Amino acid sequence: MTTQMAPESMYRSTEGLGVWPHRGKVAAVGIGHSPTARRWDGRAETSVGAQSIMACRQAIADAGVDPSQVDGIVLVPVTTTGAHWDANTPVPQDVVNAFNPTDDPLDGIGQLSSEWLLKNMPELTNVKFTMYAPGCMSAAIVIAAQAVGDGLASTCLVLKGWHNLEGRYNHGGISAANEVPGSFALSPGRTLWGAPGCYGTALQFAQYCTKYGKHHDMMAPFMENSRRNGLLFPEGYWAQHRPEQLPPEDYLNSRWIAKPANLFDNDIPIMASAAYLFTTAEKAQDMAQKPVYILGHASSRGTPRSITPTLEEVEAETDSTGRKIYESAGISADDLSFENMYDGFAQFHQFHIEGLRYRGMQRGDALDFYQTDISIEGPNPILPSGGNIGSGRSRFWMHTDCIQQIQGRAGARAVTGVKPEVAVSGGPMPLGGNFTVWSATPD
Amino acid sequence: MVKQGVVPDDFNKPFFDAANEGRLVVQSCTGSDRLYFPPRPASEICGEGESVVWKEMSGRGTIYNYCVVYDCPVASLKEDLPFNLAVIMLDEDPGILMYSHLPGTAPDEVPVGAAVRVIFEETANGQKVPEWVLVE
Repeated sequence: MTTQMAPESMYRSTEGLGVWPHRGKVAAVGIGHSPTARRWDGRAETSVGAQSIMACRQAIADAGVDPSQVDGIVLVPVTTTGAHWDANTPVPQDVVNAFNPTDDPLDGIGQLSSEWLLKNMPELTNVKFTMYAPGCMSAAIVIAAQAVGDGLASTCLVLKGWHNLEGRYNHGGISAANEVPGSFALSPGRTLWGAPGCYGTALQFAQYCTKYGKHHDMMAPFMENSRRNGLLFPEGYWAQHRPEQLPPEDYLNSRWIAKPANLFDNDIPIMASAAYLFTTAEKAQDMAQKPVYILGHASSRGTPRSITPTLEEVEAETDSTGRKIYESAGISADDLSFENMYDGFAQFHQFHIEGLRYRGMQRGDALDFYQTDISIEGPNPILPSGGNIGSGRSRFWMHTDCIQQIQGRAGARAVTGVKPEVAVSGGPMPLGGNFTVWSATPD
Repeated sequence: MVKQGVVPDDFNKPFFDAANEGRLVVQSCTGSDRLYFPPRPASEICGEGESVVWKEMSGRGTIYNYCVVYDCPVASLKEDLPFNLAVIMLDEDPGILMYSHLPGTAPDEVPVGAAVRVIFEETANGQKVPEWVLVE
């Protein structure tokens, strides 16, 4: 079976498309998570392939379906957090041989193909639809939702795995070279001028502070809240490995990476896999968990005009994304019980929630909003998942949290100041993200 | 600060050649007259019957905003940490942006919105690239 990258026609990336035709007809039911780790320890059983199999099996079991009922898989084949396998390092044959390999020995170690997954999950005997999504779980979710809605699959696994190898990504290779190609020297992102990964976001945040008279210190309550929520997420990295709160003094005294972004404003790269089981609203009625209905999805395809996105471009794009999200789901900002928008860099989050007009906020309001009660116990929860800041860089905590909150399975992290009925999650970047609206009811 | 050497690609060679001559040029298209930076292959800019032209800029601009870099992935710049990394808007079109270390301006003492002018700085292999300094 040849697996194609999802075509652009499956995304809802322009305004004016109206309500999603499959509104309320697709549901998330099962959830599966692997354990987390800071880096891969080289063992077969902790490889991204093994962790992804584990997540898929958990999601299937959680939904209470037989593996033979799964007829579709949407997954992200790229699994790197930024680290790539060194071409001079032999691929560990003991790990390769622990699984049924494909032609690429790095499959299951430094990438993940549908072929590898199916070869190593022989219980999936009825898969007729496979599709790749780029980058993140956020993309895989909107593609899987669209696929189930379109009838391409009826019981579909949605999978994202991450590997994280030794070393600091972006610090070797071309960054250590004496000469670089002109295209690298002037490329957006990494350039001759030595911008770290968070630079673009930090620059937008600097302009945000200039424009609205705000200050980096005002992020502290958001950061404290995110870590607190993350420590209530038993599947997350910080909860599993470093159960440390992040009081404002620790955050504010952290070292700068690209001022005004410090170490904690950057999420920590980790190894982790997650899978969801999506199905039709009809089939979901017979499964083991409460269905969480998808009301709509929306995508951003904005690109910066020049060498880096400006605040003005980010604000225009997230305004448009907010309109697309509400149009697709047929709801308004007033309908949101809570939000789980992307945060991995922390300074993305205010752009997303201002674009949503969450709780009526306008441009420049978010940091003031962070000074109010944004806890899971209050009426205005911000990022109850804790996001990537609270649980490590997976870019899927926000989605898991929306499903668990609405299913009533968020445990100690459950929002109590609002009834969890309708939520939005997605990301990553303001320019280029994918977003989903989840609901306790199909209408 | 000595930046990594640069080896121009075919499509951005006119930009780097101009820098060696002390001129700042950016791409435009005969069809739209819109400016483009960073350089890209002509097929990404122009339609049928149109072509890329390289327009010379005045070398004047304004500081959009900046960060102070304390942790840098480029090995050859690490000894100069911390340093300013500003974004410059060209006077001809503020939507066209270029990076600058703002040589001569102390870290975190950057006047956002101030006028700057282009200079051309030699990289490690002698190829020149644009840099920007405050207008006195």
